[in-house]
Amino acid sequence: MLEIKGLRANIGENEILKGVDLTVRKGEVHAIMGPNGSGKSTLAQVIAGHPAYEITAGSVTYDGQDLLEMEPEERAQAGIFLAFQYPVEIPGVTNAYFLRSAYNAIRKARGEDEVDPLEFLDVMEEKMKLVDMDPAMLNRSVNAGFSGGEKKRNEIVQLAVLNPRLAILDETDSGLDIDALRIVADGVNKLRGPEKSAIVVTHYQRLLNYIVPDYVHVLAGGRFVRSGGKELAVELEEHGYDWIQSHAPETAGAGSRA
Amino acid sequence: MTQPETAVAHYLEAFDGIDGGEADRIRELRRAGMDRFVALGFPTMKNEDWHYTSVAPIATRSFDRTSFPSTVPSTDLDPFLFDSPEWPRLVFVDGWLAPELSNVPPRAGIDVSNLRPSLVDGSVDAALLGTIADHDTVGFTALNTALMQDGAVIRIGANVELETPIHLVFVSAQPVPLAASFPRNLVVLERGARASVIESYFGLRDESYLTVPVTEISLGEGARLEHVKVQNESAVAFHVGTIEAVQQRGSELHSFSYAAGAELSRTNVYTVLNGPGSSCTLNGMYMVSGVQHVDHQTRIVHAQPNTTSREIYKGILDGRSHGVFNGKVYVRPEAQKTDGKQSNNNLLLSDHARVDTKPQLEIFADDVKCTHGATVGRLDEVALFYMKSRGLDAEQARTLLIYAFAADVLETIPVKPVRDALEAAVFARVRGEELQLTSE
Amino acid sequence: MSTAIESLVNREYQYGFVTDVEADTIPRGLNEDIVRAIAAKKNEPEWMVEWRLKAYRRWLTMTEPHWSNVSYPAIDYQDMIYYSAPKSVKPLASLDEVDPELLRTYEKLGISLTEQKMLAGVAVDAIFDSVSVGTTFKEELGKQGIIFCSFGEAIQNHPDLVQKYLGTVVPHSDNFFAALNAAVFSDGSFCYVPKGVKCPMELSTYFRINAADTGQFERTLIIADEGASVSYLEGCTAPKRSGNQLHAAVVELVALDNASIKYSTVQNWYAGDAEGVGGIYNFVTKRGKCVGVNSKISWTQVETGSAITWKYPSVILQGDNSTGEFYSVAVVNNRQQADTGTKMIHIGKNTKSTIISKGISAGRGNNSYRGQVKVMPRATGARNYTQCDSMLIGNECGAHTFPYIEVQNDSAIVEHEASTSKIGEDQIFYCKQRGLNAEHAISIIVSGFCKEVFQNLPMEFAVEAQQLLGISLEGSVG
Repeated sequence: MLEIKGLRANIGENEILKGVDLTVRKGEVHAIMGPNGSGKSTLAQVIAGHPAYEITAGSVTYDGQDLLEMEPEERAQAGIFLAFQYPVEIPGVTNAYFLRSAYNAIRKARGEDEVDPLEFLDVMEEKMKLVDMDPAMLNRSVNAGFSGGEKKRNEIVQLAVLNPRLAILDETDSGLDIDALRIVADGVNKLRGPEKSAIVVTHYQRLLNYIVPDYVHVLAGGRFVRSGGKELAVELEEHGYDWIQSHAPETAGAGSRA
Repeated sequence: MTQPETAVAHYLEAFDGIDGGEADRIRELRRAGMDRFVALGFPTMKNEDWHYTSVAPIATRSFDRTSFPSTVPSTDLDPFLFDSPEWPRLVFVDGWLAPELSNVPPRAGIDVSNLRPSLVDGSVDAALLGTIADHDTVGFTALNTALMQDGAVIRIGANVELETPIHLVFVSAQPVPLAASFPRNLVVLERGARASVIESYFGLRDESYLTVPVTEISLGEGARLEHVKVQNESAVAFHVGTIEAVQQRGSELHSFSYAAGAELSRTNVYTVLNGPGSSCTLNGMYMVSGVQHVDHQTRIVHAQPNTTSREIYKGILDGRSHGVFNGKVYVRPEAQKTDGKQSNNNLLLSDHARVDTKPQLEIFADDVKCTHGATVGRLDEVALFYMKSRGLDAEQARTLLIYAFAADVLETIPVKPVRDALEAAVFARVRGEELQLTSE
Repeated sequence: MSTAIESLVNREYQYGFVTDVEADTIPRGLNEDIVRAIAAKKNEPEWMVEWRLKAYRRWLTMTEPHWSNVSYPAIDYQDMIYYSAPKSVKPLASLDEVDPELLRTYEKLGISLTEQKMLAGVAVDAIFDSVSVGTTFKEELGKQGIIFCSFGEAIQNHPDLVQKYLGTVVPHSDNFFAALNAAVFSDGSFCYVPKGVKCPMELSTYFRINAADTGQFERTLIIADEGASVSYLEGCTAPKRSGNQLHAAVVELVALDNASIKYSTVQNWYAGDAEGVGGIYNFVTKRGKCVGVNSKISWTQVETGSAITWKYPSVILQGDNSTGEFYSVAVVNNRQQADTGTKMIHIGKNTKSTIISKGISAGRGNNSYRGQVKVMPRATGARNYTQCDSMLIGNECGAHTFPYIEVQNDSAIVEHEASTSKIGEDQIFYCKQRGLNAEHAISIIVSGFCKEVFQNLPMEFAVEAQQLLGISLEGSVG
């Protein structure tokens, strides 16, 4: 579904990604872990098409298409969803209106009919239950005045409504207490399926107790230094990132096609 | 001839009477200033920069440019020295250096002298004179340029850090009414230099006089200047002063303007953030009563990218006083990533006090974050009631609230003895006591 | 991102067509004979002619103001036509007699003058060049004693009311353009809502400039008597022409005790082309007077058109406890210039005012907010809150804020807040990641930015305004 080869990316003069390889097949959940500043969030943003990053080498294909040639909205319409680490506030625009606009834009791109506000309300209400979100939030401005936890849950509501094929969760666990974490993870798990894949970017292992990955990759200094099964996350939790870096195999990213 | 025309003619006469013997460049500079002043005349309230301030009390009188300093016993200065007699100090009486009251110990990398000799020999120190302050469009700066008598020239060499503030003292002490002085200062900080400069203005006699100072400031790359102006002129005096700075890359200007004296005063603080990453903090406090009129105009020009400005001016107005604030922030097209914040808060203590405030943003770049705000109000009744309910009497509660209003801007005064003294002065004045300038 | 914004522009101005009707115009230029000729066309009584002449003579002594932050070539007041009317407009017995060509014009503009087709609940007075071509729902309003008609009719049929209130808010000598308007105004709307009557429908005037080289000088007077209330909306369009045309209107609002007037404007005069050729100079004087206690006047404006906009809808808060409001969205793109804002003059006790201004600058447009809040010595307990936000799209535009705050009473509380920011790149990326294209993303972000103002527009027009905003921003360069 997603194939990344030799990806290098800069922001300004700084090279953040220094050759990343990753293959994600249908139905798989990949966890990407790593210390602060390792490039985890950059990778997530690059897949989504953030304009601040310059791609200097490598390729990203998605269902055989050259993803790097696509605008961010084309990627979204093709089924890629990024749950932002720092969800953006849009004052004055209600969640309901924003999400319906997005929902219809994606439907339209797929040649489906747009839905009217009433139909959409039904869709929304069902999805909001998934993450235990108060329906009153529909009439609040997008993320404006939301607490950190509310913003993260709002991302998952959007994920549920837009129903992507590839979901990327960028540090969705940061800033969540344990109850909120469970709610968010439950929401994500309900959306898993044989046709759907996910990339879970996280600093800590605890989210992976709830969203169990098929593969775990460790990113450090802009490349994968270790890949393995879910047990790798546990090892990391026990020994810390220093351990993994000092035991890094020479062939970075070698295990990523496991 | 109208009265203002008479006054202009009077200054032209004073200009013609200035002794020869000055360097050619200075004579040309004076001439240019005089020509512009004659062309501009005194500003009227139709001039947007003087919309709320009438200079009629100045324009309808003919002040005499002093030609010598009065005699002032050194003890008369003591209350104004911030309990810091050890600071390097230049004292100007009626616009002229008083060497017997001044003391500047020599130090390597630092050059503090008076302007007068440079005017005569046209030395390098004066090369920047007249290139920073705008005498083309600002009438009072033109007048100062034409009639300047003396002032301080401060040059801090590259990477020299001066721990002790330099104190410039401007005393008016003429025993006759209608004396005028035109101090002119030049402060140059070379690359990486650091210094604090304090300018104090006050009068020793209750005569009507006029002070029109101009201070030009040049900050080299990475230089940092703390500048405090304390205006405590006599109650019947007039004061129109300008501080104008140009800042290079990474330099910092911390300016504080305190105005409590004079019947009519105007202080202009202008800076151009002319190098990437330069920043300024322009703060100030005015506190007036009776029929005093106090006006501040500030102008910050963001001319280069990544420049930052912060500005807080606070005013406390009692009696029939009139406070004016006009703060301009310009963001030029090149000045992307500008970050500017400005606020002006005014507290009215009397039914008859008046405030006119005009914070102003003019933005020509798109990637900027600029905010400004202004408030006018009186003491919070709820807070007063709350304090009274906790046992404070009305006067204590009032004093505390006024002081609290002023405290957060006074705290930003970068030189501690000055901060302490001005806090004490504000506190005393809030309590209705005589103005005291020493810190107790 | 900038290319995305770039590509967002350049839908054509869709109201730029010209209607081919035979017009009755008077000769170019301005003198006392022209002023008399305009009055004669309208068969005005002597008192009206005198008032016009007084204004004209005063105007001769005045000079055009140039303190605003706009620039334009000198206007030749002698090279302008001061009166143009479709020939067919003579006394009409009913709307059925309106020239079908004119009716079609208004249909094209989305304004139907045939009552059966009207949007329910909106009465319209349509002004075509210098005269009113028809007013709808007259009869129904009349049943409640509400007078809603053209200014010309009001002079003929309600001279007492006109004489009592004309010039009481904006005197004939107020300013250069107001004096010019007083001398040559040709028509406009008049509305009187009697004591205790809540006007049951939105009243609306639709202004259309059609003829070339003409100035449009309409005058609107709205009076809400004690306890009355009315909501009024004006819309404006003009054909695309390469010359500039002057629109110098005057609006006077009078609110007596406990009365309220809500006045909304959606201004979409032709703005000129991308290079700044052509477009309307919109120099108008709008002012309301809260004469009575507890009265309220609220201005809402969405200004997207005109080459130059120069207007400050103001409120004189004379009655105790009266309230003034100003909600504004001003958009400039290409070479447009806007210098707009308000004045709130607090005279009575416990008077309150609120100012919310949203300025959007794109292309090479320059947008200035200029507002005055004045608290007079006897205005004990006055309150003002001003919020003034600017959004910049692209790096060749400008946003300027000039608040004038003048306080002479110590019990006043006046607050002003302003911010300027560029449209957030992060916001656009977030929207795009959710599947929206750049154009859609910007339109969503901008309408969110303007929400507090749109909320104050009557429902039907809020939608229109939002669409208009989408159009105005097209082609804004990045």
